[in-house]
Amino acid sequence: MEFLTQMLGADVARMVVGLIAIIALVSVNALFLIWMERKVAAHMQLRPGPMEVGWHGAVQTVADAVKLMGKELITPTDVDRPVYHLAPIVIFLPVLLSFLVIPFSQTLIIRDMNVGVLLILAFASLTVLAILMAGWASNNKYSVLGAIRSVAQTVAYEIPLLITLMSPILMVGSFSLADIVAAQERYWFVLTQPLAFILYIVCATAETNRAPFDLPEAESELVAGFHTEYSGMKFGLFFLAEYTNMFIVSALATIFFLGGWRGPFLPGIFWFLIKVYAIIFLLMWFRWTFPRVRFDQLITFAWKILIPLAFANLLITALIMKLR
Amino acid sequence: MINYFKEILVGFWSLLAGMAVTIRYFTKPIVTVQYPRQKLTMSPRYRGHTEFVIDEETRTHRCIACEMCNRICPSQLISLQGVKVDAKKKLPSRYIIAYQYCSLCGLCVEVCPTKALKWSDEYLLCGFTREDSEIDLLRRLQDQQYAKGWPLTPIPRPKPEEPAPAKGEEVKE
Repeated sequence: MEFLTQMLGADVARMVVGLIAIIALVSVNALFLIWMERKVAAHMQLRPGPMEVGWHGAVQTVADAVKLMGKELITPTDVDRPVYHLAPIVIFLPVLLSFLVIPFSQTLIIRDMNVGVLLILAFASLTVLAILMAGWASNNKYSVLGAIRSVAQTVAYEIPLLITLMSPILMVGSFSLADIVAAQERYWFVLTQPLAFILYIVCATAETNRAPFDLPEAESELVAGFHTEYSGMKFGLFFLAEYTNMFIVSALATIFFLGGWRGPFLPGIFWFLIKVYAIIFLLMWFRWTFPRVRFDQLITFAWKILIPLAFANLLITALIMKLR
Repeated sequence: MINYFKEILVGFWSLLAGMAVTIRYFTKPIVTVQYPRQKLTMSPRYRGHTEFVIDEETRTHRCIACEMCNRICPSQLISLQGVKVDAKKKLPSRYIIAYQYCSLCGLCVEVCPTKALKWSDEYLLCGFTREDSEIDLLRRLQDQQYAKGWPLTPIPRPKPEEPAPAKGEEVKE
């Protein structure tokens, strides 16, 4: 650490160490989440889930990852090559960068920016571009259909997501995530903004393309949606990005509504992770409870229910803030 | 306007009801049996192949080799041989069922005058050859007796067949 600091300067050294830590976190998180997803799914269906590799199948995902890395990277003949090869990178990079501004604890934050929320949301919308690239470049009808659905869905659900998050931001008066956590010293925002919390969770489920909003990769209709033509580690990157996105939206929910790293007795990082994984459990619970919505239901839900409610919530919040 | 909010609330409530169901199942015990390590006990009505009833008093089977089962079997799959051990008593020296032909009709169990047959709970029936599905009930009985630590029922040997008439006499014509 000393050596790095001297060589690169404190700021760059912080970035390098942070990025390495993020990559480690992303991989371990994805391995854990896939195992958790399978376990949660299994127990809701009265099955044990993976049991063979390691304690209760804990190393199963590691074995799967090794298999995935050993697989051949097939490039179908008629794909649009540069775009096809670029798409997995474009989907994975913004996911990594979003971690830059997330406060894991009071001190454990790579860089506290005063536009933290905007940075995460801007990077999150890059995912749409990557999905569109993957779907279009694959030259496959299922991929294109998945990509079209994904773009329509994500564009529709980003609006209520942003408006919903505006209410806590209005209460704090800052876009910095650390400030938002700091403002929840006395009470969590879920108590004063319960509607915003519910709306955010719904929009986050849609943003991460998870059931019941998993139309972009609806297995029973579109094979695998936009990543149908990807194999090996390219598919692995899409998978990794999907599960890391889950972590990011849950981390945002934790920071905005559940008081971030605040909690008694344990150090901040533990409280942060406990809350994040509780939200992720909620998302998994959704997935194994609700059937997939129809496309018209999806869009109607966003424009007729989520956006008006989010606007109403924002207006009421603004009014109360003004009157106080 | 009221309908709009009512719809949202009713819909939200139904989502919560669905989630209550899944979380209830989440906490229920698992029903899957990890097969090679855990096994189910078969229900008493399960029909495996037939096997001999072990009489608790005599600690052996009750078969008298009357061949009723052999005669009634629609698939003719029981090969049964009896041996007279003394003037009155006859015992089976060979009782093999070719289980691959069995339709589990149960006629042999019903017809048996001494109620010597019953359904086993055997379900591990895989094998590599057709002969693997031929089941020797006398051997099976011995295995069961051995497992309980009871004396094994000896398998009586049939008397050697009478020598065939000499060839010279047969070719007469």
